[in-house]
Amino acid sequence: MARKKHSQADVAGEVNQSGETPAGTGTPAESKPVGTPDKKPAKSSDVSAGNHPNKRVLVTGLGSFWGGRVAQALEADPAIEVIVGLDTVEPSVELERTEYVRVDANYSILARIVKATQVDTIVHSFLVVDPTQMSAKAMHEINVIGTMNLFAAASAPGSSVRNVLLKSSTAVYGCAPEDPVWFTEDTPRTRAPHRSIEKNLNAVEGYVGDFAEDNPHVNVTTMRFSNVIGDEIETPLTRVLKLPVVPSLLGFDPRFQFVHEDDVTRAILFALQNRLPGTYNVAGDGLLPWTEVAAICGKRTVPLPPFGTSLMAPGLRALGVDLPDEYMSLLKYGRGVDNRKLKDAGFRYEYTSAQAVQAFIERTRLKDIMAGGTEYKYERDVEQFFRQSPAVIRDSDG
Amino acid sequence: MARDASAKSESQENAISGQDTTDSADLVHVPSGELADERPNARITDVDDWGRSEQMRVLARRVYDPIYRRWFRVEWEGLEKIPTDGGALLVANHAAAIPSDAPAIMHGIETELERPVYGLADNIFRSMPVIGTMWSRLGGLPAHPDNAYRLLSEQNQLVLVFPEGSKGPAKPFHRRYQLGRFGRGGFVEIAMRSGVPVIPIAAVGPEESMPTLFQMKGLAKSLGLPYAPVTANMLAMGPLGILGYFPAKFKLKVLDPVNFDVPPDRERYSRFKVMEYSEAIREQIQQALYEMLRNRESVWFG
Repeated sequence: MARKKHSQADVAGEVNQSGETPAGTGTPAESKPVGTPDKKPAKSSDVSAGNHPNKRVLVTGLGSFWGGRVAQALEADPAIEVIVGLDTVEPSVELERTEYVRVDANYSILARIVKATQVDTIVHSFLVVDPTQMSAKAMHEINVIGTMNLFAAASAPGSSVRNVLLKSSTAVYGCAPEDPVWFTEDTPRTRAPHRSIEKNLNAVEGYVGDFAEDNPHVNVTTMRFSNVIGDEIETPLTRVLKLPVVPSLLGFDPRFQFVHEDDVTRAILFALQNRLPGTYNVAGDGLLPWTEVAAICGKRTVPLPPFGTSLMAPGLRALGVDLPDEYMSLLKYGRGVDNRKLKDAGFRYEYTSAQAVQAFIERTRLKDIMAGGTEYKYERDVEQFFRQSPAVIRDSDG
Repeated sequence: MARDASAKSESQENAISGQDTTDSADLVHVPSGELADERPNARITDVDDWGRSEQMRVLARRVYDPIYRRWFRVEWEGLEKIPTDGGALLVANHAAAIPSDAPAIMHGIETELERPVYGLADNIFRSMPVIGTMWSRLGGLPAHPDNAYRLLSEQNQLVLVFPEGSKGPAKPFHRRYQLGRFGRGGFVEIAMRSGVPVIPIAAVGPEESMPTLFQMKGLAKSLGLPYAPVTANMLAMGPLGILGYFPAKFKLKVLDPVNFDVPPDRERYSRFKVMEYSEAIREQIQQALYEMLRNRESVWFG
């Protein structure tokens, strides 16, 4: 108990330093207490407008699911003056006032962009944590070299950056039989990392630590997201849960934790709004046995031999089961993280692990039925045309 | 206090969200503002935070009860020293090639005191298919200090641990009831940090239920197991002896709880104190075992 209270006091204290309303004083409604859950972007005008500590925001990985969503949500806050988004690919979501800049994979031009735009906040959502997306080498280039360049830019003399948020993953904890059931932010790994993605994330978090130490005037938030689930995001786990039957490993029924994609966006916005210092796990309450995950999705599990999984990988991939090594060990041992630090800072989750899975499958089912409908797919060039071309006749009030 | 504030503004937010859900719908997909505790719980099974399932325990108790009562004829002494609420770390001597003490202790406390017992054990179980899953559903956990702290200090549970580790079951029959080293005293440190007492338990009987004759070190190494014994049971019963116990009479004695005169939640405790307590508890169990063995007339009838 005492330990928990202590950490709570810590968070409140540090938040105070960053110029926020004092936490836990039962403040009246006109000021925004730290304990307030995040605002919905659309009605940011009611409380948080003008109170947002971040005015000029740079979002890396704009083309990624998270980057796009966070930028969308930030756009809705009029207090934020400038949003600049970087990526190697076009953003896939509808964006109104975010400025998109195409960059190379390792962000070598970042220093110039930061200097030119004088951003005060960087949201680094560019990290790739799904190893099926690219080769280890490409991943290293993006994750490690990209982050190095980002921090180099942010710590340049006279830099305007005051707040950095890094989107990491609970994969940094690894996955081994000797692991505790719940990892706290401070629990060390039980085995040294040997997979490229874990090495990447460890290196990246190392840079974060160095950066935070060298730049005490900059608030650094590291958010470690658990298995993200939702009908829009695609991860190796959502892919297998969409299959007619769900693979498992014979004799193993590990427990999984999930965080809903909406909670991910909300958590990022919450951390930005409150400039939370330090590292936070982001994961829904509760752990679910893998068989229960499948059962909530209304599916059966098909057990695979638990040994020699790497030999089966090519055959499985042909069947549509693309589970990288990291996920194979998750299917053996699972992983749980303690989400209480973020809760103690005032964040409230909308979904538990089980509810996240349920919401995912319900919306996925609906989507399958609606597929083939006339859903508008966002095209940046088209939107640009509607917004800016003199050929388009607009209403005077816009 | 922060929570009160959040609850207050929560209700405000809900009130507002009622009006403008329509115009927010096409922006980001914004959830309805319903929070996790207001949504229906989507769980299907009763597997808890730790992987333990009460339904599985009920089933296991039904299967194990005849073994407990008829085969080992387990007899307890001093069961009232185990609290009916609040956390406590149970510590016992460890024996038999496939330890028969852990199920007996867990079963006894669960049936008599009607409260769950979580067993901390070597993670070797967790990497075995089927066994690992069963072990977890029946209340087994990897012996990680974080697990013990959260169970004892925050959830006020009973946790059972064998500080000898695998050295207990691995020892040969001629060294029966000779307690090995109690690790590095980690169990004392955990109890101190969690602010709970250690309750020592002395178990007589398990040693004779599956005596180890000798170890096959090469086999153990090649299989990656902590030990691979040849037991008297294997010689007497053949393949059945791999799992079949001899019907030794079990006597379990709960000893006086040990409370620590140190504040909880410290990062580190004096090595001297930890080792002193650890040795004292080991000695307490050892002396109790000698006394019980002095009074034992028969291995099979007690």
